[in-house]
Amino acid sequence: MLAHLPILQVILPLMAAPSCLLIRKANLVWLFTLAVSFAALIVSVLLLQQVYATGPISYTLGGWQAPWGIEYRIDLLNAWVLFIVTALSTVVLTAAHTSVQKELEPNRQTVFYTLYLLCFAGLLGIVATGDAFNVFVFLEISSLSTYALIALGKDRRALWAAFQYLIMGTIGATFILIGIGFLYMMTGTLNMADLAARIPPLSESTTVLAAFAFIFLGICLKLALFPLHLWLPNAYSCAPSIVTAFLAATATKVALYLLLRFTFTVFGVDFSLSHLPLDILLVGLGLVGVFAASIVAIYQANIKRMLAFSSVAQIGYMVVGIGIGTATALQATLLHMFNHALMKGGLFLALAGLVYQLGACRIEQFRGLGRTMPWTMAAIVVGGISLIGMPLTVGFVSKWYLIAAAIEQQLWWVAVLVVLGSLLAVAYIWKLVEAAYFQAPEVDAVKEAPLGILLPTWLLIAANIYFGIDTRLPVEVTSAASQFLLGGAAQ
Amino acid sequence: MLLASHYNYWIVIALMMIGLYMVIAQGNLVKKIIGLNIFQTSVFIFYISVGKVDGGGAPILNEGEVLYSNPLPHVLILTAIVVGIATTALALALIIRIKRAYGSIEERDIQAAEEMQERSAHHARVSAGKEQ
Repeated sequence: MLAHLPILQVILPLMAAPSCLLIRKANLVWLFTLAVSFAALIVSVLLLQQVYATGPISYTLGGWQAPWGIEYRIDLLNAWVLFIVTALSTVVLTAAHTSVQKELEPNRQTVFYTLYLLCFAGLLGIVATGDAFNVFVFLEISSLSTYALIALGKDRRALWAAFQYLIMGTIGATFILIGIGFLYMMTGTLNMADLAARIPPLSESTTVLAAFAFIFLGICLKLALFPLHLWLPNAYSCAPSIVTAFLAATATKVALYLLLRFTFTVFGVDFSLSHLPLDILLVGLGLVGVFAASIVAIYQANIKRMLAFSSVAQIGYMVVGIGIGTATALQATLLHMFNHALMKGGLFLALAGLVYQLGACRIEQFRGLGRTMPWTMAAIVVGGISLIGMPLTVGFVSKWYLIAAAIEQQLWWVAVLVVLGSLLAVAYIWKLVEAAYFQAPEVDAVKEAPLGILLPTWLLIAANIYFGIDTRLPVEVTSAASQFLLGGAAQ
Repeated sequence: MLLASHYNYWIVIALMMIGLYMVIAQGNLVKKIIGLNIFQTSVFIFYISVGKVDGGGAPILNEGEVLYSNPLPHVLILTAIVVGIATTALALALIIRIKRAYGSIEERDIQAAEEMQERSAHHARVSAGKEQ
């Protein structure tokens, strides 16, 4: 049983997805989905423990040996990402029952959970696999189900957003496919570890350069890195609230994982960051993304959309960490993956509660919410403080590491810009605080969000504070993972 | 010489550019999807070309035949074709629902409808604010 954990991680939700259609009853399907997600969480915790104690695990699918068969390879990096994805998915799912019942028609609820599990399985598959082509397959499994999930949104705009994302996402995935084709052409292998061993002698080849360019661009489209982020705000603001919370907490992290995996493990740090001027590109685009997206966020009247732009900005910080490329900077990125998942998961769940009571979440509706929905608003404020990066919250921890990494490399201007970028977050969070606490309520009859949504929201918000004070677990794991990434690349 | 011996790669590049151009330039959603299909097909041809070995036959165990094409890229592309079909089906389903919701499948009309909706919502809020 223990030896089969890597495959169980993926196969469990993948097999559970069609089973949902057999159960049919929405309440039972929800319980079933929650149970599957929780089981996946346990598997990922066991994997993380095992990897932390004994080093990387290799699992050969169907017993076919590594370079020929498909290998699942779990090291500290993907064990960490698997843990983030499964943990956030489980918390988000606990809130799903109440929110989905309100937002979706009864006949669509079973389909919703089926798609959710498919997307979940796809994301876990991308992270767990050690085979480049397998990445493409799982990427498409998760993407196709994501398009359908977004299209479940109430507004007709959801359809248009899903279509736009479909076009962008398919181009991105096909670019990755082209890149993998080039790599196969040059090396004759699809196994990531095997690729990593065969690419260095070929690093001067233009085919390998082209492969890198295609894969990099494809991943950046999926990641919504600054100039390629146009699909994200529409998709996040139109999707059902639970879908937004799930995607914001997990999907971007998985895309970021792919970027790390390809730049550091497959192509190697010498090729990506020294041979190519990728460090300047990533730091530059990341910082421009932080400023552009934060400024746009300030002017949004739809709060879901505002937080979506804020996500684009936060992706900017994570990419800056990759661009700097030292152990501390990578650790900052890995920490921020976890921390951002906690913040945005909590914030979007709080918005789910708001949508449950008000039907939408525009800035005008925030007037007086401090009095009518005190717990939801308090959650949004604490989540917002964490987003800004004030001490005693997780946001502070990752920004601290990022700034420390920049100063270590004498990149003073990067450190200054990161701090200035955080100030922009103050501007848009303050807008919410002002409306909620300093303006009279429009309608007095608004009730507090139901406990079914409030409890998971506060679980994530409390985690924001807990891991902001007791940083041992994330710091230890990410420190080891970042050293592993750089050490693995140097061999 | 390069043109003649690698003509399939030139076809791949041409199809890829035609497909991408259609996705970007066409306003009709169905035509966009056709462009996307052409773009994906070019990648399929690329993979199949990669697997071809000069003078090689089909990878079937035959008496006396030693040289055969690499079957792996061909198998990979079977998967990619399935993914392509799924994408197309999903996109067409979305287009049907877009047509029902907006009454059009032209990008321009949909964007105009979006702006109208945004503006009228804004006016409604402004006038509601004045009444108070």
